[in-house]
Amino acid sequence: MKGNEAIAEAAVQAGCRFYAGYPITPQNEIPEYMSWRMPEVNGVFVQAESELAAINMVYGASAAGVRAMTSSSSPGISLKQETISYLAGAELPAVIVNIQRGGPGLGNISGSQADYFQAVKGGGHGDYKLLVYAPYNLQEMWNLTMLAFDKADEYRNPVMILGDGVIGQMVEPFYPKPYVRPELPVKDWVLDGCKNREPRVIKSLYMGEGELEMRNNILQKKYKVMKDKEVSFEGYYTEDSEIIIVAFGIAARIALSSVKRLRSEGFKVGLFRPITLFPFPEKELFMLARESRRFITIEMNAGQMVEDVRLSINGISEVLFYGRPGGTIITPAEVQEKILQLFNHQPYLA
Amino acid sequence: MEKIFQRPASLKPVPFRYCPGCGHSLIHRLIAECIDNLGIREKVVGIAPVGCAVFAYDYFNFDMLEVAHGRPPAAATGYKRVMPDRIIFSYQGDGDLAAIGTAEIIHAANRGENISVFFVNNATYGMTGGQMAPTTLLGQKTTTTPFGRNNETAGYPLRVAELLSTIEGASYIVRTSVDSYKNIIGTKKAIEKSFRYQIEGKGFSLVEILSPCPVNWKLSPIDSLTWIQTEMVSVYPLGTFKDKIKEIE
Repeated sequence: MKGNEAIAEAAVQAGCRFYAGYPITPQNEIPEYMSWRMPEVNGVFVQAESELAAINMVYGASAAGVRAMTSSSSPGISLKQETISYLAGAELPAVIVNIQRGGPGLGNISGSQADYFQAVKGGGHGDYKLLVYAPYNLQEMWNLTMLAFDKADEYRNPVMILGDGVIGQMVEPFYPKPYVRPELPVKDWVLDGCKNREPRVIKSLYMGEGELEMRNNILQKKYKVMKDKEVSFEGYYTEDSEIIIVAFGIAARIALSSVKRLRSEGFKVGLFRPITLFPFPEKELFMLARESRRFITIEMNAGQMVEDVRLSINGISEVLFYGRPGGTIITPAEVQEKILQLFNHQPYLA
Repeated sequence: MEKIFQRPASLKPVPFRYCPGCGHSLIHRLIAECIDNLGIREKVVGIAPVGCAVFAYDYFNFDMLEVAHGRPPAAATGYKRVMPDRIIFSYQGDGDLAAIGTAEIIHAANRGENISVFFVNNATYGMTGGQMAPTTLLGQKTTTTPFGRNNETAGYPLRVAELLSTIEGASYIVRTSVDSYKNIIGTKKAIEKSFRYQIEGKGFSLVEILSPCPVNWKLSPIDSLTWIQTEMVSVYPLGTFKDKIKEIE
């Protein structure tokens, strides 16, 4: 099973019963899988006429209270931004999968991490946030997809799985743990006909004096709760490290090989891997920085998450960056070389 | 004494705030009356578009969903596929349906989605202040065609009903008008038939309704109705363009 198929099957087992998508490489395994799997569970698969239509179909299905998902890759995710903003504004749950490829523009079809900003800073118009999960192996693609549906319902908010073409296409063993549904709030907002109740409206237009500001404040409060409760990360050898690599997703996986190698040679280097990109593990990074360590962020882009690492650390420690944009895959050897430069006090060359 | 005329239960007891002489309040009422007649108020979900009728949920007394500009047929698809026993309609203007949302309407029709679409054609963008719509007539002055619509730079009026009637997946495509008592009654019949087709699972239907926009046409309400009769109808002829079920029967 490929990473993309792991996401699709995890979604089905987590109760996703509506999927709409549009073909784009490197995520085509998801719509292809859903096209035969959804009918098996009495779910709905629609191949939409566009990314816009696909996300709006998800919007409609979600308004009915059904767990709904769409997936795409970078250029297609750009098209979906309009309605991702509407989903956030109307507080409709949905799961959106981005199996990133190189950009900008049509770019290429290689794995990339260049949509970090788009995923965590808004992407569409208005002040809103998505919960963003960054899986780094198939096990996490499985687990985080299931979690994404729960969190989308819990917060009535769209949730993004930010993967990339490499883990999307990767095959490796993992344990497909069965889905266990947690206690979730009752969906007392769905549109199912106003039988024995007052009519409901799902909308994001608020024209009254001060009304929209109030709505925004409610949303911001929700994002604050996410920041307090949903931060997720993993640290490897961070306690005694002199240098800490910060990386997410596939870059973290590559960096981890380098870290293990360097550790075996006696270098005190560690890895800090954010699993949630929003909310970002700001406090945890800050605590590590207070113990006078140096940081280097490794990304498969021209330097995006590094800005959040710098904001978290707030100038109390040095934060360097090494990355390769345009869908170029970083090798463990490259990472090792950069880290060794730092240990050998050579001038750092990105 | 028997009460023979009253506010439909599908309308909230509030006054319409559309402009004087605007067709939206009338069309809202017709839709509400049809929903009452069919006894489906508690099963209906309406879609409010982006445009003047975004405020439809202030008036309709049933569940309403607001959808991004042009995308209601896609959202209706998602909704209806997971809630096949509910009745969903999208209410869209000419900017929404015939400009930004052309892909969505064509493909919803082509898939034969079992939904009802009420398409209000008033030959202009009402909400944003009277700009050119795809349905604006040649020579018609709008705020973005100050010298009149010229086909060399701005194309021709788009005939939606005719266009959609060529699509195999569509079941019932009709164009009506609200310019006269006779045509208002015809519009109501078409709306009710569209809902009935959906209830019976007969597939995609669209009712295009020629509707006055006196404020942006810069005409009196009465003159606006005359303008529909003298100018619009010759470009947008009324009639049933497709009735798949009738053809089969």
